[in-house]
Amino acid sequence: MSAVAPARGARREASLAPNYIVLTILLAFAMGPLIILFFNSLKTTAELGLNPLGPPRSFMWENFPKAWEMGNFAMTTRNSGVLVVGTVIGVLLLGGMAAYSLAKLDLPGAGLLTLYLLVGTSLPIQLYLVPLYFTWNRLGLVNTLHGLVIIYIATNAPFAIFLLRSYMLQLPRDFEDAARVDGASEWQVFARIVVPLSWPGFLTVGLVVALSVWNEFLMATVFLTEQDLFTVVTSYNNFAQRFTRDWTMTSAAAVMMILPVIVIFLALQRRFIDGLTQGGLKG
Amino acid sequence: MQLQKSMPISAATAAAPIRAAERRRAFVRRRVVPWLFVLPILIINVAVVAGPALSAVYYSMTDWNGIGAAEWVGLANFQELIRDSGFRHAFGNNVIWLAMFLTVPIAMALAAAGLLAPIRRGAIVFRMALFIPYVLPSVVTAALWRGLLSPDRGIPAVLNDLGVPGFDKAFLGTARTALPAIGFVDNWHWWGFLLVLFLASMQNIPPDLYESARLDGASRWQEFRDVTLPGIRPTLVFMILMTTIWSFLTFDYIWILTQGGPAGASEVLAVLVYKEAFNNFNAGYASAIGLTMSFFVGCVIAIFAILRRRGWEI
Repeated sequence: MSAVAPARGARREASLAPNYIVLTILLAFAMGPLIILFFNSLKTTAELGLNPLGPPRSFMWENFPKAWEMGNFAMTTRNSGVLVVGTVIGVLLLGGMAAYSLAKLDLPGAGLLTLYLLVGTSLPIQLYLVPLYFTWNRLGLVNTLHGLVIIYIATNAPFAIFLLRSYMLQLPRDFEDAARVDGASEWQVFARIVVPLSWPGFLTVGLVVALSVWNEFLMATVFLTEQDLFTVVTSYNNFAQRFTRDWTMTSAAAVMMILPVIVIFLALQRRFIDGLTQGGLKG
Repeated sequence: MQLQKSMPISAATAAAPIRAAERRRAFVRRRVVPWLFVLPILIINVAVVAGPALSAVYYSMTDWNGIGAAEWVGLANFQELIRDSGFRHAFGNNVIWLAMFLTVPIAMALAAAGLLAPIRRGAIVFRMALFIPYVLPSVVTAALWRGLLSPDRGIPAVLNDLGVPGFDKAFLGTARTALPAIGFVDNWHWWGFLLVLFLASMQNIPPDLYESARLDGASRWQEFRDVTLPGIRPTLVFMILMTTIWSFLTFDYIWILTQGGPAGASEVLAVLVYKEAFNNFNAGYASAIGLTMSFFVGCVIAIFAILRRRGWEI
């Protein structure tokens, strides 16, 4: 066996060459456009007109502060930041509580609640979008950041609850039971024992929810129509539609938008991929 | 808690109230407290999702501009829907979208996952790089490809200059090519996600299955067909189901790239809902389209459930 194994290993290693070739082509397909985007963010407008796809000859780093100004990124980053932070806190707190109840408290009617959440997630947004908009309008919640945060909390909660619940189910019961014997209330057990023990689950959910809120387009377009409230995404869309000819600016703005996302993704990719593939199945 | 405070001191008379108080506390702890933990998120979810979804059923049977009073019209909206050639056209585009997304991304992801699974060296680089487009915002992906597909300075221009025929047009601005071009852009962002899902599923296949396939002298293709595909079937079937559902709901890329144009060529149902509700203020009619979309989704789920009950292993 040991005499055969290395030979077969080497044969298989060598025969993987076609795999590498095809995968490298696919890699170029995935990364090429992003590299071109980065190239174009550094060109002058004139150079981009002559050389729209190749590497830059000039390095116009000042494109970035200029695009920051033109795209009003100071304001839109603040708006998106408020939405992300508000939603993540709300989803982790309220979703975490519900997950705790489902995982640890033997909630009467748990099956019904799970069914409700499952049906709710498979409803198309387009079904409830129209009545929701006009209800929010009557309540004065259109064109407010907190109005949209409430919507994001609701739409992201089922995913958070399912993922956190499965995480909490794996925790040993010993600590909680000891705390209950000592007279701790359920809230204390949740806040002091279960949350600290399941922080990796909370981190995963927080990352996935933050990404989905940062990138969200439809709800942000419908519910925030005033310029002062545009998110990074909706403002960029307007910007890109208005300055279709000014590719250096739209490219520089795009690079500034995606760089933090890519850096955070690369740093925490295991957690991201686990979270996105476990239940964050969103188009 | 309150009963305890007013407890009588005498032990003999105290026994019964204590038991009652304990029973009540146990009831609160076991039945009420769990619901208190669930209630906040449930209220928010009902207010945002279930409530409006149910009222959409009502509004779909009204003539309503979104602001004033809704006027009951019965099934008139649905009768109009059947006659509306725009609706049929949009539905047809959703079906074309479905055909594109059931084939291209799934084939690409299966092939790439199959090629990536046996690789050790550099596997993580491929996996991460191929996944990155999935984490980008749709507006950036769309703007990026709007430039790359531009007829005067994008990739088609370069190919055209090199003399490759068929690239002298604006793919997004031509009626016949708009929808496939949008699908191409959406797929660029989407297929890496499928790849990572399939890969994770392939890595759960017991290695001895491959070992015995090899001992039987199976070729690479036979290995893939007889071991890998059956091994990842649950994931594959689930993603086929989700692709089917999402194809009836697709919106972002179409709205951002063409808003359904040129001249309605790339219109889909979700774009119709948006335009009817927010541009034409036909909120009642928009609700009827939204409800019809939900009906299609419900049909898809029902078909899968029925096939499964009939013993199809999906």
